[in-house]
Amino acid sequence: MDTQQSLLDINNLCIQFPTRREIIDAARGITLTLQPGEVLGLVGESGAGKSTIGNAIVNLLEPPGRISDGSIVFQGEELRGLDEDAMRKVRGDRIGMIFQDPQTSLNPLLKIGEQLTETIQKSFHVSDKEARQRALDLLESVGIDQPDARLSAYPHQFSGGMRQRVVIALALAGEPDLIIADEPTTALDVSIQAQILDLIRDLCKTRNLGVIIITHDIGVIANIADRVAVMYRGEIVETGPVKQILKAPQHDYTISLISAVPPSDRKLERFNSVDYIDGSNRGIELKKIDVSQHWLGEQSDLSSPDGVAVSVENLKLSFVLKNALFKRNQRLLHAVDDVSFSIADGETFGLVGESGSGKSTVARLIAGLYKPQRGRIRVMGEEVELHRQDEKSRQARRALQMIFQDPYSSLNGRLKVLDIVAEPIRFFKMTTSEKQTRAIVQDLLDHVGLGAAAAMRYPHEFSGGQRQRISIARALASRPRILICDEPTSALDVSIQAQILNLLKDLQAELGLTMLFISHDLPVIRQMCDRVAVMRKGAICEIADTRDMFESPSHEYTQHLLELMPRM
Amino acid sequence: MHTDASKGLFKRLVDNDIAWSFIHSPAAIIAATITLVCVLATMLAPWLAPFDPFDATQISLWDGKLPPSWIEGGQSQYLLGTDNQGRDMLSTILYGGRLSIIVGLAAVCLGMVLGVMLGVISGYFGGAVDALIMRVADVQLTIPGILLAILINGIGRTLLPLEMREDFAIYVVIFAIGLTDWPQFARVTRGATLVESQKEYVQAARVIGLPRWLIIVRHILPNVMRPVLVIATIGLALAIISEATLSFLGQGIPATTPSLGTLIRVGNEYLFSGLWWITFFPAAALVILVFAVNLLGDWMRDALNPKLR
Repeated sequence: MDTQQSLLDINNLCIQFPTRREIIDAARGITLTLQPGEVLGLVGESGAGKSTIGNAIVNLLEPPGRISDGSIVFQGEELRGLDEDAMRKVRGDRIGMIFQDPQTSLNPLLKIGEQLTETIQKSFHVSDKEARQRALDLLESVGIDQPDARLSAYPHQFSGGMRQRVVIALALAGEPDLIIADEPTTALDVSIQAQILDLIRDLCKTRNLGVIIITHDIGVIANIADRVAVMYRGEIVETGPVKQILKAPQHDYTISLISAVPPSDRKLERFNSVDYIDGSNRGIELKKIDVSQHWLGEQSDLSSPDGVAVSVENLKLSFVLKNALFKRNQRLLHAVDDVSFSIADGETFGLVGESGSGKSTVARLIAGLYKPQRGRIRVMGEEVELHRQDEKSRQARRALQMIFQDPYSSLNGRLKVLDIVAEPIRFFKMTTSEKQTRAIVQDLLDHVGLGAAAAMRYPHEFSGGQRQRISIARALASRPRILICDEPTSALDVSIQAQILNLLKDLQAELGLTMLFISHDLPVIRQMCDRVAVMRKGAICEIADTRDMFESPSHEYTQHLLELMPRM
Repeated sequence: MHTDASKGLFKRLVDNDIAWSFIHSPAAIIAATITLVCVLATMLAPWLAPFDPFDATQISLWDGKLPPSWIEGGQSQYLLGTDNQGRDMLSTILYGGRLSIIVGLAAVCLGMVLGVMLGVISGYFGGAVDALIMRVADVQLTIPGILLAILINGIGRTLLPLEMREDFAIYVVIFAIGLTDWPQFARVTRGATLVESQKEYVQAARVIGLPRWLIIVRHILPNVMRPVLVIATIGLALAIISEATLSFLGQGIPATTPSLGTLIRVGNEYLFSGLWWITFFPAAALVILVFAVNLLGDWMRDALNPKLR
């Protein structure tokens, strides 16, 4: 192959999705080149069209999507308009794909070895023995121990990270020259993410592959890519070497995007200049209310006598994994094991940990969604059992509200926004008339930045970030003293995340809220929390002031987590 | 996806995805038209039908067993001929169809209310309640529906005093078909409830502190009704068939009251004497009605399934 020739040349690519009402331009005028041995990052927020480009290269656009203009030249061959047979050969032998979810990209009914040898024999005419040898080599090269034994294992016997390694091995099986990795680490924990990114980069350099890595995560790009293309609404707004884009972005959107990424080394008062994106809010006159004069800021009867808003002691909850008649045969998962901490009035307390560490379970226990097997929960100084229906529990519940992770499932799609937000007000009979309720709901919606007109619409008419604002308005409607935020921004784009975090900070300052903030994202924790507890396998490793924890972590596991954190 | 709040109700109705899928599915339009015509024609039977099959003065045994009007020996006022008692076939089918549709609708409603209630309770509360309800449903599903309906129908009738049997027969049939129907509804509702109650909006309602019945009524029920409506439509077709089967077997509506099932049964006795029209026309009406309702159900299943859109 001619070394001067680039591996992939995309020229003025346009992709359209004709729908019932209009033709949506998913990508416009995309021009990209990729050299062998280079990692190109394609970064953008949801809906920017980055995955669409990846799919278009290998002709896997979901119908009714189609390439309307431009060319894709791969190793000197035009891919656009290739028929399905020819394309299939290109896909297996010359372009490998790595998808986001390692759970679904492997066939659960076939052994790893079978899937690998099948793929190898599809590309090369080799004997079974030879194919097996190659499969072994592949597993070894993606860093799987004891590949011999692992060949006869099924996908479910691997952990998430290991499974993603197998997926990478599969992508390499046809010895491709180009790998397209679509959000390869989004479903993985930070510690595993770092390993997988290292692996992809290594393979790229040692095998002289071209790699296109598609992600929404600027941290990932900073760690792995040589060059970056930033996408915004179907267009590439800026291309360049990683360092240049991160340190000196040129385009307004890139500047806004970079400034929205929470830094881990210092605490910001607010995220600045992050308003470039949410165009949907423009043109709405927002009436900011003066909280101290408003119903919302009325001193409520709920206060804590000793300055402690929430305290939990020796909390314990285990889930039964495998039930059995006799206790000793049961298999239990200790989701929360002897957890104690207390949150002072007005403080933001963070809970951080990897998936499965039990941080969400703690939140749900405090919110009364689960009943603890042992331990005590005090809210505003009173010991309560929140799942009960007596008066004391009702009051405690009013004092404590929760914001959930998934903005799409946390709102009942059959109710108008007005009814969603008004539900706690009506239930606790906190107003004297329906008219007052409506007025309050409208003020609340104004205050969280949605505009009063939103009250008469249904949740599906709003974007993820806007829905999260509705959730926040609902949580505020019972005039709570304590807000539990369970990964409130992990389903959102980074610029929207910055806006929501800003909003939460403002609200806390105005209303003097106490917050329990749960996240797996260390930089977010740094921005939001006064104190942090690090959780692992249901237990707390360390509780420390945020600054101390980030600058001088004392526990081994905390140090480990901090090391793995992607840095820019 | 933004629908302007200022748009009128009609505009929004036409604009929504289900209406769009309806307009673009010829099968759905045809099926809906046939169903609508059947329902209208039968419900308006007292005004549309040329004769009243319940009015003894209009019936004459001399006119019995006349063939359809276009066949030799037919009379022009009896378009589809007459049955053995001299009743006009067209009128009887219209009146009979009315009864069949009413019985079918009532039975499905009964089964739906019962099944949805039990299904939601089963899915939301879980545990022993769930196990009990679902095992009962499982046991019931092992018995063929029509046998069970005959059993319930038989028990219901013997419990009634003799003089009331004729008058109450129709309610007993509704009850029997409705009772055999509920496990389908319960299963579907339970499954949907399990999914919905894990969603965060239900948890948000629990954090607010709403009592369980309010969470079920306000949050879960409206969100599980889609699949229920689909099986209700298909269930309607099945219920109409069940009623016809029961009546055909002589277990349902008494022969003096025309329903599609009783008409087919009466006609069946004369089939071998060459009087095919007494059984053919009611049977054809039944097939067309059930087919149209089924098609409509199929379309609804596809249109309401977000995965297929």
